[in-house]
Amino acid sequence: MAYKIVSSQCTSCSACEAECPNMAISEKGGTFIIDPAKCTECIGHFDTPQCVAVCPVDETCVVDKNYPRYQAP
Amino acid sequence: MDSTGHLETGAPETGVDMETVMQQIAEHKGCGTQGGSGKASCGSGAGENDLPPEIWEKVKNHPCYSEEAHHHYARMHVAVAPACNIQCNYCNRKYDCANESRPGVVSEKLTPEQAAKKVLAVASTIPQMTVLGIAGPGDPLANPAKTFKTFELISKTAPDIKLCLSTNGLALPDHVDTIAKYNVDHVTITINMIDPEVGAKIYPWIFWKHKRVEGVEAARILTERQLQGLEMLTERGILCKVNSVMIPGVNDQHLVEVNKAVKSRGAFLHNIMPLISAPEHGTVFGLTGQRGPTAQELKALQDSCEGEMNMMRHCRQCRADAVGLLGEDRSEEFTTDKIMAMEVNYDIETRKAYQAAVELERVAKVEAKKEELETLAGVASDIKILAAVATKGSGLINEHFGHAKEFQIYELSTSGAKFVGHRRVDLYCQGGYGDEDSLETVIRAINDCHAVFVAKIGGCPKGDLAKAGIEAVDEYAHEFIEKSAIGWFKAYLEKVKTGEIVHEARGDAAIRQGALLATAE
Repeated sequence: MAYKIVSSQCTSCSACEAECPNMAISEKGGTFIIDPAKCTECIGHFDTPQCVAVCPVDETCVVDKNYPRYQAP
Repeated sequence: MDSTGHLETGAPETGVDMETVMQQIAEHKGCGTQGGSGKASCGSGAGENDLPPEIWEKVKNHPCYSEEAHHHYARMHVAVAPACNIQCNYCNRKYDCANESRPGVVSEKLTPEQAAKKVLAVASTIPQMTVLGIAGPGDPLANPAKTFKTFELISKTAPDIKLCLSTNGLALPDHVDTIAKYNVDHVTITINMIDPEVGAKIYPWIFWKHKRVEGVEAARILTERQLQGLEMLTERGILCKVNSVMIPGVNDQHLVEVNKAVKSRGAFLHNIMPLISAPEHGTVFGLTGQRGPTAQELKALQDSCEGEMNMMRHCRQCRADAVGLLGEDRSEEFTTDKIMAMEVNYDIETRKAYQAAVELERVAKVEAKKEELETLAGVASDIKILAAVATKGSGLINEHFGHAKEFQIYELSTSGAKFVGHRRVDLYCQGGYGDEDSLETVIRAINDCHAVFVAKIGGCPKGDLAKAGIEAVDEYAHEFIEKSAIGWFKAYLEKVKTGEIVHEARGDAAIRQGALLATAE
């Protein structure tokens, strides 16, 4: 399960981009997106997903159920 | 001024006695601080000669740090800092409308390079633009790379422009040395509380050390960081302004304590602003129906803090991309598309020449006020009244009543004319015709005033104002505000004395919450 950003909610403030330990977040088409291949749900880095913790709009950084849960190597 | 020991020990290398400095600044600002503190009354037209040169240089053309300067000099904000590290109940970052004027809102964010280009474009077009601030739309210090890159670029291309930033303070202690390195000599910290229990009602969470911290604990960390940052800045001789949002029933009484706390840590100026909260803004306070203060409540709190330190009353709570004199917004003229197409010719000598002319105008204004004030000497009266003024700037009564987007408010007494605030109003006259509802809006906004000074006014609104008990005065058109107001007040006192009129107190007035329109036409 990677995280994803609900683009209709995103204010494009960029706060998540700087906090992501995996550099998985980038700007695209005016809002931000998470590269699911890079997202580790912050496992191994922090107790909570950083994008969720810093995002000013609730329910904007959410789990993307299309992807399996991240497994630490 | 009883606790400046910290300041004196804090600035040994400059050899500046901060108590003297504060005293002189109070005199320079001409703000009435009569009372136990023994500071100057508002009659003083002190200026350059009364301040240490280094402090005078810092404030003389900074519209946010000097009420007197804000009539003459303009500022601009560049929106390079979108990210924030705290959540405030009066802020909603999703809301963005070009007609909305309040902090935290911008129409487009800029890269540092775009910002540097924009500063040159604006400085070439508006020679009285002297100050570049970074105020968000998030927190500048939550975007340190972008913020300091912008300062670096601008200090190279436009070295005469003063740099400033405003912050919530959470990250401030980590960046004080960098702030000093880039010669940012004005920093504003928004401090709404020093009691975490109060803070918990204002801040739902902060992002701290990779965690979202909530409630009283969040507010405790925030207040510690804010006060520590303030102390570190004043120790380095950086001028600090403290902004506080007045939220009735939440922190209104508490702000007196905040005022004492920031004064004792060397803050230069305190700016208590009314809460902006309309339901359509979608903020927590807007949605819960938390009201803002009335004009009288705001003024009473500002007055009660004034004995302690200098109060800023001319803040327009502008957007993080505002351009122009305070009270006007020319940001529409300088969108990214437009500035990229502009041919910019940044000529520092032309700017200097223009500003020298502005200085002459200022001196004339101060002299005129002083002369008129001398004629009040010996007049004894306890009467204090408020007067509204329609002005386009330069300290002159030079705006048509119907074109005014705001009125400046002066308190008139035998001590003189003192700026105590401003009131935003909708454009009363749009397309050349008046409209009843708009006139009512104006009357509500200046209902605590006895008179309104204008360059021109039609017969109809003049009559309606008179019915509401407000005298429209147009015989001082295009003259200096303070000199004219003192002259009119003298005549008012005379009429009261002879029994021609009876002095009556006025009611309260409303602080307008709606949108400031960017275009006046």
